Amino acid sequence: MITLAHYLTVAAILFVLGVLGIFINRRNVILILMAIELILLAVNINLVAFSAFLGDIVGQIMAMFVLTVAAAEAAIGLAILVIFFRRRGSIAVDDVNRMHG
Amino acid sequence: MSVLAIVFLPLLAAIIAGLFGRWIGSTTAKAVATGSLFLGAALSWPIFLGFVAGGSHEYVVPVLDWIHSGDLNVAWELRVDALTAVMLVVVTTVSSLVHLYSWGYMAEDPSQPRFFAYLSLFSFAMLMLVTANNLVQMFFGWEGVGLASYLLIGFWYHKPSANAAALKAFVVNRVGDFGFSLGIFGTFLVFGTLSIPAVLAAAPSMAGSTIGFAGMRVDTMTLLCLLLFVGAMGKSAQLGLHTWLPDAMEGPTPVSALIHAATMVTAGVFMVCRLSPMFEQSHTAMMVVTIVGAATAFFAATVGTAQNDIKRVIAYSTCSQLGYMFFAAGVGAYGAAMFHLFTHAFFKALLFLGAGSVIHAMHHEQDMRFYGGLRKEIPFTFWVMLIGTLAITGVGILGVGFAGYHSKDAILEVSFASGTTHGVIAFWAGAIAALLTSFYSWRLMFLTFWGKPRWGASEHIQHAMHSDHADHPDDEHGDSSQDTGMPPEGTGGYHPHESPLTMLIPIGLLALGALASGFTFSHHFLQSPEFWGGSIAYNEHLMHAMHEVPVWVKYAATIVMLLGLAIAYNNYIRRPEAAAAFVRQFPGIHAFVKNKWYFDELYDFLFVRPSIWLGRLFWKGGDEGTIDRFGPHGAAYAVGVGNRITYRLQSGYLYSYALVMLLGLIGAASWAIWWASK
Repeated sequence: MITLAHYLTVAAILFVLGVLGIFINRRNVILILMAIELILLAVNINLVAFSAFLGDIVGQIMAMFVLTVAAAEAAIGLAILVIFFRRRGSIAVDDVNRMHG
Repeated sequence: MSVLAIVFLPLLAAIIAGLFGRWIGSTTAKAVATGSLFLGAALSWPIFLGFVAGGSHEYVVPVLDWIHSGDLNVAWELRVDALTAVMLVVVTTVSSLVHLYSWGYMAEDPSQPRFFAYLSLFSFAMLMLVTANNLVQMFFGWEGVGLASYLLIGFWYHKPSANAAALKAFVVNRVGDFGFSLGIFGTFLVFGTLSIPAVLAAAPSMAGSTIGFAGMRVDTMTLLCLLLFVGAMGKSAQLGLHTWLPDAMEGPTPVSALIHAATMVTAGVFMVCRLSPMFEQSHTAMMVVTIVGAATAFFAATVGTAQNDIKRVIAYSTCSQLGYMFFAAGVGAYGAAMFHLFTHAFFKALLFLGAGSVIHAMHHEQDMRFYGGLRKEIPFTFWVMLIGTLAITGVGILGVGFAGYHSKDAILEVSFASGTTHGVIAFWAGAIAALLTSFYSWRLMFLTFWGKPRWGASEHIQHAMHSDHADHPDDEHGDSSQDTGMPPEGTGGYHPHESPLTMLIPIGLLALGALASGFTFSHHFLQSPEFWGGSIAYNEHLMHAMHEVPVWVKYAATIVMLLGLAIAYNNYIRRPEAAAAFVRQFPGIHAFVKNKWYFDELYDFLFVRPSIWLGRLFWKGGDEGTIDRFGPHGAAYAVGVGNRITYRLQSGYLYSYALVMLLGLIGAASWAIWWASK
């Protein structure tokens, strides 16, 4: 029997993977974008799981919104990345520190 | 009310010459200052002669209200009595002659209006001091002359030695002035008033009472008089606080003549005489005054014998003569003290201005070892200096003589006649000092005016020969060589020139004073209570007893004078090698005396070094080590450290921002849960 706890555990694992993907990853920005997708996915699993558990459809509607926003975010993120690569010739994370001032 | 003009004209002249000298021109400024003093002198003599002739009475001229605060009422008032009249003529006469003299002496100086402004300012402050009717006003004048003295010693401010001497004079006087101000506070505390007549009238009623001071019960009048006397010691350069006076010779010579010989340094004597009814109430204070005066007279006379700088010899001579005045006051003969002050002003100003004339002729060479034979080169200066020397050594016979003969002999006789132990000690100290006075005065004369010329080796003369008239005023001369060797003889082709008329006229007039002031006024100062008219405490019994002294006491001064002359003649004319032989035989004594009894070294060790050490402690430890370290420097350092930490936090990497965001979120969430669960 797959209970709510299992869903939540999977979602938590995915979430932590996503977070670590952001922090530990030192290679390129695409990986960060993917990690963000992963986090959003983990949140979606949570939403759907709670929705099914509570018998409330709002959670699933919310998940659809998150998916949409995530798609838009990925599109914009990749677009910025392309522009960035054109200007700097690199998308390595360690090179992206212009905010240091 | 001519006294108003006498006192305030110099102030006006000082303001005009000092502030507007640039616009009205040097000559006008000098004329204004000199004119105001001559006018003052012309107005002062009638006042003085009025008291001499009898018939003048003391009066007070109110000027302005000053302080009204509770019980303290102080007004600006000018008091004129016999004592003030004496000081008025001394100050205005010497000051006006010094003003005139400075026309010649300072002729090549670029800032003459400033010099004359300071001189006039000094005269104003001194006149304020001697006409003061209350102690606060006297203190005003007292500090005013101190300020003018400081400004004039440091007149050549580009010379480090002059600046140091000016500071030294100021700081040493501060010690004395501290005592004086404590004395004034104490007087107000005890008498409830600072008006001099009121205090003097109330003084006898306070005799024998006690007052708490520094945790002890002490005699009121003794305490007050001793505190006031500390002030007098500072201003009049008495033993202990005398160290500034010889150094003050760094100032221009006219200044030395006016301030550091004739007038300002006698302010202490004047103050003791003015407050004599107070001093009469305390035997202890009188004894201290006598002993300090006698010790100073002896000490300064010994030091004067071994100095080579002509001005320093006269400076120590001044110090010594001031000692005479003090012990005369100490035994109760205030008239004799004032008489010596009066005659001393003439002959000492004469000696200083004469020395200035010599220095002028010798291109600011001040070392007597480089003089010699000047008698024929500058005859006028020689003759007036001779009169000055005869006056200071006290030459005279059968009641007729030069100024010093009358006043100094009177002091010696009266101190013997007082019959007290300290009076007799003072007599012997004074007699030995008179011997030394005669010796060093004649030594000065013989080294300067007799013998063969020795100025060929002088740096100043050589300098003057090579660059015509490019004078450097009173440059410090290397004093390293000992008295044992004289420079080689020779003129180096230089011929001294007599000073201009503006310098010779004042010296000539002062020579008249040195000749006649003793004989003319002896009776009034010494034997005439009517002349003093209550302005000083007059001890009729004592002044009478001074005629009853043994014959040998009467002739003691003359005998020691001749003895001093004989020794000086032997050592510097007959056998010039005798002085050097003496120095070789007793090098210890000579070094001790030449180095002024090591007073400067002692003070350096006792006060200067600890002060510097303490100052360094507070500077390095207190200010830099504590306040700066934990204050501004610490704050700046903390900001720097914080800056470096935040700079490192601000890595610019996206992931570190995200991490911080996450940590913050976790923290906020944890707090929310914890807060909700409470």
